[in-house]
Amino acid sequence: MRINPKKVNKFIQIMLNVQAFFTVGILIVIVALILVKGIGNINLEFLFSFPEDMGRHGGIYPTIIGTIMLVILSILFATPLGVGTAIFLTEYTKETILTKIIRFGVESLAGIPSILYGLFGFIFFVIKLKMGWSILSGVLTIAIMILPTIIRTSEEAIKAVPKNFRIVSYSLGATKWETVIKVVLPSATPGILTGIMLSVGRAVGETAAVIFTMGSSLRLPTSIMDSGRTMAVHFYILAREGISMEKAYATALVLVLSILLINIVAYYTMNKVVSRFS
Amino acid sequence: MVHMNRWVSIREKIVKNTLTVFALSSLLFLFLIFIFILIEGLPLFLKVGLKNIIFGFKWAPTKGYFGIFPMIISSFLVTFGALIIGAPLGLSCAIYLAEYSGKRLKMILKPALELLAGIPSVVYGFLGVIYIVPIVREYLGGSGFSLISTSIVLGIMILPTIISISFDSIMSVPRSYREGSYAMGATKWQTIFKVVLPAARSGILASFILGMGRAIGETMAVIMIAGNALKIPTNITDPLRTLTGNIALELAYATGDHRLGLFSTGIVLLIIIMALNYLANFGIKRRI
Repeated sequence: MRINPKKVNKFIQIMLNVQAFFTVGILIVIVALILVKGIGNINLEFLFSFPEDMGRHGGIYPTIIGTIMLVILSILFATPLGVGTAIFLTEYTKETILTKIIRFGVESLAGIPSILYGLFGFIFFVIKLKMGWSILSGVLTIAIMILPTIIRTSEEAIKAVPKNFRIVSYSLGATKWETVIKVVLPSATPGILTGIMLSVGRAVGETAAVIFTMGSSLRLPTSIMDSGRTMAVHFYILAREGISMEKAYATALVLVLSILLINIVAYYTMNKVVSRFS
Repeated sequence: MVHMNRWVSIREKIVKNTLTVFALSSLLFLFLIFIFILIEGLPLFLKVGLKNIIFGFKWAPTKGYFGIFPMIISSFLVTFGALIIGAPLGLSCAIYLAEYSGKRLKMILKPALELLAGIPSVVYGFLGVIYIVPIVREYLGGSGFSLISTSIVLGIMILPTIISISFDSIMSVPRSYREGSYAMGATKWQTIFKVVLPAARSGILASFILGMGRAIGETMAVIMIAGNALKIPTNITDPLRTLTGNIALELAYATGDHRLGLFSTGIVLLIIIMALNYLANFGIKRRI
């Protein structure tokens, strides 16, 4: 018997529909589970009070501060390096063997899993440079980890700026750097911000690279040489050591909501860029 | 006005040199990562012997045994398990998004799937422990902390990678290929299966390899679900320990040779990851 191609076609279409919605369903289920189980335990007190008894009671205030310190400082460190690299690769050189090697380096950094960043940060910053388990060690490790994302998104954003913007600037007598600063970068800013936001999201959710460099002290950090605990690390410890399921869900909810919010803002900015130049 | 102000030309030079240094910093970081993991990990290979580490079955670092063979096998097992679950699902999603979904649906589905990538691995691990481990324990037996549970969670975690790269490579197949196929009287599925997918195959393959890279490098979710037992699993319900898990579980307290052993584990992981990335880049470059 010959199978009717039209029937196969219809069948496949239905199957693909089912699979696509199943996959989206997984996302919805993940967020919904955390929302439902976590929402009851979240209030202002949870966000702004100190944990007691290893996190069994009380809030997550020091971990929020730890997360914010880690994220802001690593972005401050990685952004100039990343955007600078992107400017160099797009504006200052032609495709040469050097740019090929640099691109290879960036690709390789992007592929290294976070546990190896943790291993490197631990031996290099914590032990060899004697920074100890500190926010500084964590910041430097995470900055290197997010660098490839910032470089690649900035490069895309800079490449998307139309060529005649630059030609007009040069024809008015501007130098290369003036053109980059006053013409190219302002137009590429939303795209660069997208890369930064995506990196923020990654840093907020990171655990493996953070726990071995920044440590997991629950005290409120007062300087960058103090150890500190991020929300992700706190959640991991709560869940793994079975300290408190309620607090774990609540922490997970704060974590996931902040990451989703950050990423949604990132995609919104990216779409604005795409619609602007196309 | 014709000749440039002296200060301006000096400034341009400084800027260019600074940017060059910035661009070289990525290479410096990569170099440092390699060097420091190698410096710590290599001496043990010389002391204990390559064979006794790579093909050794016993991991008892405080007693001088550094065999990571079961972990290498376990890492590959969970990675292939993840691929068996993630690849068909991810590819179907990519085909659906690229060929079947309307524009408006695509606008919602694509970012939603990419958000799946933003959820931290500890959250996947936690939900795996709470929901998947008990189901496996109930229906398949064992403790539930197992190869199959880990594969399911990793399979879900690599979906965004597979979907987004497969999607891009399907979208980059020229329209004329499809029109040619329709003109011959082929149905939509025949066109996709016989024309579009073969044309996009190197990109799709690259998406699978990158997915594997993500799965084999994944740590936190894995140590929460895998059970971390030190032997080669013989059954899908057996617990196992991966290379990443070995590092993460012991780094905090390891000293002396024990710590060096974790860096040796790191070297093996680094080599596997670099090889996978190289393969994937090769696939992406060959994409039409």
